[in-house]
Amino acid sequence: MITEIGHFALVLALAVALLQGSLPLIGAWRGIVGLVGLARPAAIVQFFLVALAFGCLMTAFITSDFSVINVANNSHSAKPLLYKIAGVWGNHEGSLLLWVLILTFFGAAVAVFGRNLPAAFRARVLAVQALIGIGFLLFVVFTSNPFLRVFPPPMDGGGLNPLLQDPGLAFHPPLLYLGYVGFSTAFSFAIAALIEGRIDPVWGRWVRPWVLGAWCALTGGIALGSWWAYYELGWGGWWFWDPVENASFMPWLAGTALLHSVIVVEKRDALKTWTVLLAILTFSLSLLGTFLVRSGVLTSVHAFATDPARGVFILAFLVIVVGSSLVLFAARASSLKGWGYFAPISREGFLVLNNLFLAAAVGTVFLGTLYPLFLDALTGEKVSVGPPFFERTFVPIMVPLVVLMAVGPLLKWKRSDILGIAGRLKAGVLGAMLVVVVALTWADARSALALAGMALAGWLLIGCMAILAERAKFSSGQVGQSLIRLARTPTATWGNAIAHLGVAIFILGVTASETWQIEKLQIMRPGESVQVGDYRFTFEGSEPLAGPNYTAVRGTFQVHHKGAPFVRLSPEQRHYPVPPMTTTEAAIYPMISGDLYAVVGDPNGTGGWSTRIYYKPLVSWIWGGALVMMLGGLMSLMDRRHRVGAPARRRLLKSPAAQEVA
Amino acid sequence: MKPKRRRLIFVIVAVTVLGAAATLVLTAFDENLVFFLTPSELAIRDVDPGRRFRLGGLVEEGSVEKVDDGIETRFRVTDLSAAVPVRYRGLLPDLFREGQGVVTEGAMGLDGVFVASNVLAKHDENYMPAEVAEALKKSGKWQGDKGRNAPDNW
Repeated sequence: MITEIGHFALVLALAVALLQGSLPLIGAWRGIVGLVGLARPAAIVQFFLVALAFGCLMTAFITSDFSVINVANNSHSAKPLLYKIAGVWGNHEGSLLLWVLILTFFGAAVAVFGRNLPAAFRARVLAVQALIGIGFLLFVVFTSNPFLRVFPPPMDGGGLNPLLQDPGLAFHPPLLYLGYVGFSTAFSFAIAALIEGRIDPVWGRWVRPWVLGAWCALTGGIALGSWWAYYELGWGGWWFWDPVENASFMPWLAGTALLHSVIVVEKRDALKTWTVLLAILTFSLSLLGTFLVRSGVLTSVHAFATDPARGVFILAFLVIVVGSSLVLFAARASSLKGWGYFAPISREGFLVLNNLFLAAAVGTVFLGTLYPLFLDALTGEKVSVGPPFFERTFVPIMVPLVVLMAVGPLLKWKRSDILGIAGRLKAGVLGAMLVVVVALTWADARSALALAGMALAGWLLIGCMAILAERAKFSSGQVGQSLIRLARTPTATWGNAIAHLGVAIFILGVTASETWQIEKLQIMRPGESVQVGDYRFTFEGSEPLAGPNYTAVRGTFQVHHKGAPFVRLSPEQRHYPVPPMTTTEAAIYPMISGDLYAVVGDPNGTGGWSTRIYYKPLVSWIWGGALVMMLGGLMSLMDRRHRVGAPARRRLLKSPAAQEVA
Repeated sequence: MKPKRRRLIFVIVAVTVLGAAATLVLTAFDENLVFFLTPSELAIRDVDPGRRFRLGGLVEEGSVEKVDDGIETRFRVTDLSAAVPVRYRGLLPDLFREGQGVVTEGAMGLDGVFVASNVLAKHDENYMPAEVAEALKKSGKWQGDKGRNAPDNW
């Protein structure tokens, strides 16, 4: 019964979306107040209907209702509750329902928080949001319905992929989708502005919190996925340039560019055409990611099932959305005036450079990810593009971006000169040298590239501090005054400094863990030990073990640090009966200075076990950096001036001073 | 600065950045495209030692041997018409077995043995890597779907 209610709610949501996607557009066009007013309640009702459907599916999973095909295929009665819930989105149908849920959530959020938007504009935004919703609801109802029944119901379910039975992964999809789908609001704002044929600084102010929010969630989602790959796959890596990873990384790069170009629209009333195009591209890349991951063209842990009809549907939808928005863009772009050419050395000049580098980076990742697919489709030749390609293309583009990243925030709007900030740049060079010296005394230099990475991080570190020092005018010498100024610094400025600091932390983590990692691979018999850096690992043997829904072999290592007992590590190999699968559970002892990472493999038949042990310096700084970036984004979002309930158009135009504050 | 001059600067910078990116992509493609080859394709193609590619097929029955106390594994990858000897140091994936599909990445050594730096066997017992399945179909040795395409294959 509950399942039927869910099914019915889903179909109703589709009906509401059809109304919301058409009538408000007509209303806004012909000036019919009643139809315009329809958009808000419709968006809220649509969200509640999809939430109801989602709740019904979750109930079916929690109660293990195996008469529902989706539950029977993907759940199991012996599974812990957390994974019964996570199992809702651990499969194709459920994860698409989550996609729609988040899409309608953003629609409802615009309806509720967008009170200050002009009614006609808001109606158009919500209508565009509903048009996207129609596409995905059709997709769910007709090709990926999670509410279908099976008769007779099986005694027990097929189980969830054991790799996905992990707390980190339980929250990876919702967070990632909040980011991915969150860019739909930026898209809807852009399309609505194109329909109206007008963009002004206030538009930038409206759209910025939505972009920021989505960006924060996507940053967190990607970091969580990377962290999961690090500890769950047992390969010790944290990013593999796998097409599925790239699918979420491309919207992140484009979204980062968008985040910065929106600021130029807001502050300088420029770069409008480009920003609108970028908003369209960012969401298109989100859709492309959904297509890559959901259609089954890629075989990966994310490709739950391969059904060509689904792939064709998403591809067609992708073509329609991207095609029609680009046509609209081509027709209307010329009416969006305001493309000024600014001084090269200015805040906005550097933001343009930021966008240029990020766009080039998106391009390289795009080519590297899609070229194998194109080649396969056209010639049938199987190729893959691995990490070396991306290291050779992506990294060289990022280096100048990071160099400029330390300078840009110090420049003034409109016009600035390099000489004015030369003092701080000198400090940056000193900082870079300091980090290199520390790195050299702490460990030997493995490569010039590693030193360059450390120098880059040091340079950026100083740059971030300079943003705040600049504000506080520490150079004036009056410390008390400066501290007061610092306390009064807008949250957004703090956010700027902290997010960029996150990048510096991330670079330190990547460089150190890649350069000074120690890997030891050997056969060990109980009692044998191996030295890894300052740590001595003694293998104590392996023993069988029974878990709640798996059996395992657990190895134990006693670790000594400089002779003193330090920690015991117990990696496992787990064998799951449903679905039959073996997973490697690495044992990790995380420290700020680096991680100890141990994996135990197969026995060699003569009493020894293959083991792999890593010492990874500063590796947790990689995710720490991402977390700090996210924190910076959230602080910007908290800034009173960027709140979703931002000042109305009239009020803002009267106070140009409000626009001058960085 | 006159607007014209500013525009010129912008265009020059944009062209430089995008041009550099395009150059990077083209040279990197040239050197880092990793082809997928089956043992029969490898036999007719001349691949330089040291050039990375992916070799896929089945782990030949009875070919797996452990050397160096078990840390190095030697086996043969076959598509049932040709076979290539492979050498790999490291932990094998959990479902690496004789007769199962496997994809290895690495390069040919000067001794004619493929030195794998990476061995991928899918985690699902019945799952066959897509490239391997297609290659077997091409060579006419496909035995039909052994079991299911799991709902949560990977």
